[in-house]
Amino acid sequence: MGILSWLILVPLIGMVYVMLMPKEKVNLIRYGAVIISVIPMLLSFWLTWDYFFNYSGSAAMAYMEGPYEWIPSLNIQYLLGADGISVPMLFLTGLLSTISLIASFSIKFRVKEYFAFFLLLEAGMMGVFVALDFFLFYVFWEIMLVPMYFLIGVWGGPQKEYAAIKFFLYTLFGSIFMLVAILIMYFTSEPHTLNMLELIDHGPTLSHTLQMVCFIFFFIAFAIKVPVWPFHTWLPDAHVQAPTAVSVILAGVLLKMGTYAMLRINWPMFPKALQDLSFWIAVLGVIGIIYGALVSMAQKDLKKLVAYSSVSHMGYCMLALAAYSSVTAIAGVMFQMISHGLITGALFLMVGVLYDRAHTREIALFGGLGSKLPVYTALMLMFSMAALGLPGMSGFVSEFMIFIGAFGALNKVLVGIAVLGVVLGAAYMLRMFQNVFLGEFNMAKWGGLTEINGRELLTVIPLAILTLAIGIYPKPLTDLLQATLDNLVLLMSR
Amino acid sequence: MDPQLPITNVTETLLAMLPEIFLFCWALVVITIDVVSKRKSETLAGYLSMIGLLITGILLSFSTYGKGFGNMFFNDPMAAFFKIIFISAAFMAIGSSFGITKKKIVNHRGEFFGLILFSTVGMMFLSASREMISLYIGLELTTIPLFVLAAFFKDEKLSIESGIKYFVIGAFSSALLLYGMSFLYGLSGTTDLLSMRLNIAAFHLTFKQIGVVVLISNIMLVAGIGFKLALPPFHQWAPDVYEGAPTPVAAFLSVGSKAAGLVAFAKMFLLALPAFYGTEMFPNDWGMMVGFFAACSMIIGNVVAIRQTNIKRMLAYSSIAQAGYIMVGMLALNEHGLASVAFYMFAYLFANMGAFAAVALFEDKTGSCQIASYEGLSKTSPFFAVSFSIFLLSLVGIPPLGGFMAKYKVFAAAIAQASAHESGQWIYWLVGIGLLTSVFSLYYYANVIRQMYFSKNDSPYTMTYNPAILTVLIIGVLGVLAAGLFPEPVLEFAGQISNSFGF
Repeated sequence: MGILSWLILVPLIGMVYVMLMPKEKVNLIRYGAVIISVIPMLLSFWLTWDYFFNYSGSAAMAYMEGPYEWIPSLNIQYLLGADGISVPMLFLTGLLSTISLIASFSIKFRVKEYFAFFLLLEAGMMGVFVALDFFLFYVFWEIMLVPMYFLIGVWGGPQKEYAAIKFFLYTLFGSIFMLVAILIMYFTSEPHTLNMLELIDHGPTLSHTLQMVCFIFFFIAFAIKVPVWPFHTWLPDAHVQAPTAVSVILAGVLLKMGTYAMLRINWPMFPKALQDLSFWIAVLGVIGIIYGALVSMAQKDLKKLVAYSSVSHMGYCMLALAAYSSVTAIAGVMFQMISHGLITGALFLMVGVLYDRAHTREIALFGGLGSKLPVYTALMLMFSMAALGLPGMSGFVSEFMIFIGAFGALNKVLVGIAVLGVVLGAAYMLRMFQNVFLGEFNMAKWGGLTEINGRELLTVIPLAILTLAIGIYPKPLTDLLQATLDNLVLLMSR
Repeated sequence: MDPQLPITNVTETLLAMLPEIFLFCWALVVITIDVVSKRKSETLAGYLSMIGLLITGILLSFSTYGKGFGNMFFNDPMAAFFKIIFISAAFMAIGSSFGITKKKIVNHRGEFFGLILFSTVGMMFLSASREMISLYIGLELTTIPLFVLAAFFKDEKLSIESGIKYFVIGAFSSALLLYGMSFLYGLSGTTDLLSMRLNIAAFHLTFKQIGVVVLISNIMLVAGIGFKLALPPFHQWAPDVYEGAPTPVAAFLSVGSKAAGLVAFAKMFLLALPAFYGTEMFPNDWGMMVGFFAACSMIIGNVVAIRQTNIKRMLAYSSIAQAGYIMVGMLALNEHGLASVAFYMFAYLFANMGAFAAVALFEDKTGSCQIASYEGLSKTSPFFAVSFSIFLLSLVGIPPLGGFMAKYKVFAAAIAQASAHESGQWIYWLVGIGLLTSVFSLYYYANVIRQMYFSKNDSPYTMTYNPAILTVLIIGVLGVLAAGLFPEPVLEFAGQISNSFGF
């Protein structure tokens, strides 16, 4: 078995381990889960390293496993592989999973079930990023919904049940469109296959109508996950109700699965449909950017603010995805996915830190925390600046690449409107920072707040380092992506 | 052995029938032993029946394909596959009955289990017939014991009501079925389904215009079998009967009797009348008509289930909806169609029997069938909650569980049919409705999971398992997982069914 299979298998082994532990042994469960999740994290680090030095020169799939026959009578294969767009995602998944598990130490009840579900979730996420068989991809895509449903529904906030079923229904609704599109692809290919790599060559040979239908069906499924406006309404509910660690995974990895799948499936498979629809995709992206930013500005709840900022940030991804002919824009998408995963993940963690202490997230109730919690404030400042795209941070690099790429390839007015989003982003982030950390400190109310502790620092410091590293020296990441993206843009411009 | 080859020797025919003959005798043995032992043991009759079913299963694996007594007994892959389903359904229904035979049915344990076995024999004969008379007899042998079983709680109004309702509806639908069959006999002059297929087609070709005779018989047959399958608009009896009947009987109805109806449908329409499938045979076509009923059942089943507060009624509507999905597979007249129907039944068997076993267990413990009373069970009875959730998620069709594989196969078959024929475009709509309603279905299945898991309170009940029901639950979970992860052997077997029907 190759390394990619192990990435999926190790979390599953961890899940079995957690399930076998007696539920009173809370520490055995917690530390066991974290230690087991370190293995796929290190594997994903090694994978990134190895890919960078040995494979990044070509666009070919690396670490291929299979195709092994799984269900031959339906031509379903076990086929895994990784290339320049999946390797960074695996890195992000490995890193954020371990960090979230560490952050989950604050979960106090039903610990055993929590960690078991979390590891199942990790296995599903890893699977999505490496599956190259449509059926396998779909299985992983869906398998994650179940643990996510439980994680939100059991350990979530006051409206957890509503948020959990809404998330589940929404995503399942999207998935059925994907299923139909997969079946259409399967039955129109000759010989029938579910192999994505072969179907990428088959897609452009379809009739124009069929291409449009498949494109739109896939797009709905993935857009709900991203989420693209107007499919975004599940996101604020899920984010706000979910426990901190689950929000981190939601923002950091789950949303990326949508954009990843577009890059992997939609875009290269149906270039004609893409050309016809790219303007409208850009429009959706711009609406998302502006709408998300405006709604963020109106939020009173800290976590909701971060949640809506995700809608805005993922809007940048959609805008850049619409500018498919520009390698810079597509590279910007990858940068934005990674940097949003790091920054928003960190912001959710930071909000969680405050919430654990203050038991509220109401922005208006805070003020002047900077004098009481200097370390926490410094970190928060850094991540807010990263989120609004301050040069030197990864957020700036990605937005810069996106706008450069999009400006050349898309309607200039549209991109001009989108740039407004950067200003709005700065506005809501600064307003939040000002209200929470600056100004008068209410000693009577918040005098008891304690500084961020070692475990919590351990969760955010790696994210801070990576945010800075990518912001200051993005070249290694561009090099890693280059060959794959060049090839992708070629495929999309067919 | 090739199923087309006739067995001329009577002894050999009887040998091929050995599983049925054995099970029939065993049912008599169970009843006799229960009486002779003065009905003292709470579990003896149940375990005996389960052993009998196991032996039948073993005998089945030795029986050969072939036909005897004309086409009255026709042992083909379809018969073999569905016999396995019937035996397993009976096994799991009996395994989940130990709670009620301990407390409620004290004086008639032998009869209770015996009747389930008789009904199973009927189903087995039904699945092994390619001839109208034996088909009808098999169907009656299936349903008549079920009338009695539904009314088995003699002191409960609901159970009596359910028995009577089922009886009246059953008798009525049988009459419709017979009436429809008589038209076909009149047209073709034979009761043998394969000759009928040729004769009617020849008749049609000779006279070009045969009016609406086939249409009338189509309607009669669809209504007759539709009642057995609880296909809307013939579904009204199902929730009441499921609610009133003993839970294991409801389980057996929803899987065994449904599978029997499907077999009857497949034999009548796919074997005898495939020529009248397409719209070009208007008005004598049956494809679109059945498609309409399938759409109705998916919509009505899934929408009405959302409002249910009683779990047995909820599962009744869910099984109405599931019948709709299966009919979508039935409408795909290609090499995937019947195979997908058989595979769906296989996955459905484990998920649904498992779910009903969980309901039966809970009812034995608490006397309640309200969904709300499942609150907080995950904390006191984790195994129960996990296995029940797995069954429900499989019924939704979440991968990698069996229910998903089954839905995938069914919809794949339907899309293959739709994309291959210009006139089959309407099947796309059917697939669309099926997928969309399966999203609805998530809501009510997940509602039960929500009750079990999301509550902060502990449930006042802790489940205890007797060995039989534990076996049923474990078989259910393993079956659902196996059907989802390693379905290849079953799919291959199911593929032979399509072949033996000539697709």
